[in-house]
Amino acid sequence: MAKKPVIAALFGRSPFKALQEHMREVIVCAREVPTLFEALCAHDKDAVIAAKDRIFESENRADEVKNQLRLHLPKSLFMPIDRRDLLNVLQMQDSIADTAQDIAGLLVERDFEVPEGFQEPLLTLCRRCVDVCELALKIIEELDELLALGFRGKLVDKVEIMLDELSAVETETDDLGLELTRRLFAAEDGMKPVSVMLWYRLFEWIGDLADYAEKVGNQLRLIIAR
Amino acid sequence: MDLIATHGTILMVLAIAFGAYMCWGIGANDLANAMGTSVGSGALSVKNAIIVAGIFEFTGAFLAGGNVTKTIRKGIVDPSPIAGHPEILIFGMIAAMLAAAVWLMIASRRGWPVSTTHSIVGAIVGFALVGIGVDAVKWGKIGAIAASWVLSPLIGGLFALLLMLSVRRFILNSDAPFKSARRYSPIYVFLVGFIIALVTIFKGLKHLQIDLSAGMSFLASALFGLLVAGLSWRMVRRVTLDSGADIDAEFAAVEKIFAPMMVFTACSMAFAHGSNDVANGIGPLAAVVSLVQSGGEVAQKSALPLWILLMGGAMIVIGLATFGYKVMATIGTKITELTPTRGFCAELAAATTVVLASRTGLPVSTTHILVGAVIGVGMARGVGAIDLRVVGGIVLSWIVTLPVGGVLAALFYFTLKGIFM
Repeated sequence: MAKKPVIAALFGRSPFKALQEHMREVIVCAREVPTLFEALCAHDKDAVIAAKDRIFESENRADEVKNQLRLHLPKSLFMPIDRRDLLNVLQMQDSIADTAQDIAGLLVERDFEVPEGFQEPLLTLCRRCVDVCELALKIIEELDELLALGFRGKLVDKVEIMLDELSAVETETDDLGLELTRRLFAAEDGMKPVSVMLWYRLFEWIGDLADYAEKVGNQLRLIIAR
Repeated sequence: MDLIATHGTILMVLAIAFGAYMCWGIGANDLANAMGTSVGSGALSVKNAIIVAGIFEFTGAFLAGGNVTKTIRKGIVDPSPIAGHPEILIFGMIAAMLAAAVWLMIASRRGWPVSTTHSIVGAIVGFALVGIGVDAVKWGKIGAIAASWVLSPLIGGLFALLLMLSVRRFILNSDAPFKSARRYSPIYVFLVGFIIALVTIFKGLKHLQIDLSAGMSFLASALFGLLVAGLSWRMVRRVTLDSGADIDAEFAAVEKIFAPMMVFTACSMAFAHGSNDVANGIGPLAAVVSLVQSGGEVAQKSALPLWILLMGGAMIVIGLATFGYKVMATIGTKITELTPTRGFCAELAAATTVVLASRTGLPVSTTHILVGAVIGVGMARGVGAIDLRVVGGIVLSWIVTLPVGGVLAALFYFTLKGIFM
């Protein structure tokens, strides 16, 4: 074994950098979800497949980052935040990418027809859910600075405002999702039962993007509060 | 006495060679560890770090290296039982240097975090046990040294923690971090200059025939502190921030202020290292030289010859320049996480602890204290991830180094004895 200077060996790889790197891949997946539905509305199957491929690609890269991070997180690592909290954040971020992947997979495998009058609210829901994810990313990007400040002081106020905004937008997406579901049930007599079920599932999944992003935020709240 | 008369020169040459080799090794490895944080935080380039280290390592060894050298030279072994056989002490000290050098070579090949200090102390004790006897070892002093090995990293860590908390409170978490940083940073630099100067000057320059009174020492240290504070103020003034910049830009500017300040802690780190670690190389050498020159006078009343201090300091710098820059470059790329504010706290804490130890004549490990200081910063939630396995390795190396150094020294002692007698 080559000589490794003690001082260099003392520093583990920063889990925060990896967490940020992971979230940046995750957001690429989330951003493709509106693209998926835009392509579906335009009856452009090729574009749907292309978007799905991009999601799968980014999800793979995110998984790689995730596995690397887990591998380099031995119990002997002394970190400013709890190891379990960190892994929870990672888990939640990962769920966003997984959900995007599920949506893409289903849209490619089954031919969906967007019901009359659903286009606009559906795309709005998608975009707002992505907005929640973007906010989560923005907060994750502040982790470095938060660390420098020992999770105290002015920056914490700024992050808390961001967290409140995240929660507010997430609540909005809940309402949007509920509204869409209501419409779906109103139109269910004129649709194939399986389609109704699957659309219901899709709305749920789209809402999950925002839910998981909010859970990322909640976990960060815990980290800051401690 | 015949032995010294016939083989005196060759023994001197051997001792000088091993002493020089030890110093070279200290410069090549240890010093790089001490300076690595400054390089890693981007405050200094590798080239500048070598220049700074060269100057201040040498100054530290020359101005403040005497006390620890004295401890290594005559604080561990009581030579009175062998008053009639000075050659035993000569062989012993040469054997101790050889043992420490060999052990350090093995350990660094394996990547074990052993300390030069621990190796040489273990080796001297080992020789004294077999060469003179159990009673010849000054166990009280050894106890104090061993305690300092545990205590000094703790003190360094505590000091770093307090510094980090104060930087947070007064600068980072204040209403206007950038303004506070500009206002308070000269005070921190003053602290660096004042403490280091005070510890060094306060009855510490006797070997240069400079003996200042307590009041004078304080005054001189304060003046020195003001001088470096003024210097830092000039450097810091160049950093500016547009009004109305957002909070992230403000923090970035604070780090920019601390970057030049890390140059000062880097200087003090090199100084501290020189003051403590040069003794590991030249302590035993000085013992041999004084014995040979006095024709076998075991009493060891003579002062430490200045040329030995000079040679030790020079060899450390050569070690750094020939080999240490590589180690430093490696470390520099590894410790990117320690931003100037955090690196400043860690280095200032470590340097102060080491210089204090040097002043009391305790041979401590600079690297281990720095590790303690970095963990202190981590305790203030300042470092992303610290691998505590390294700490385990350090504790293990304490336990292993002493007996191994001792056994090796005993072995070499008998070998030397066999060759010359």
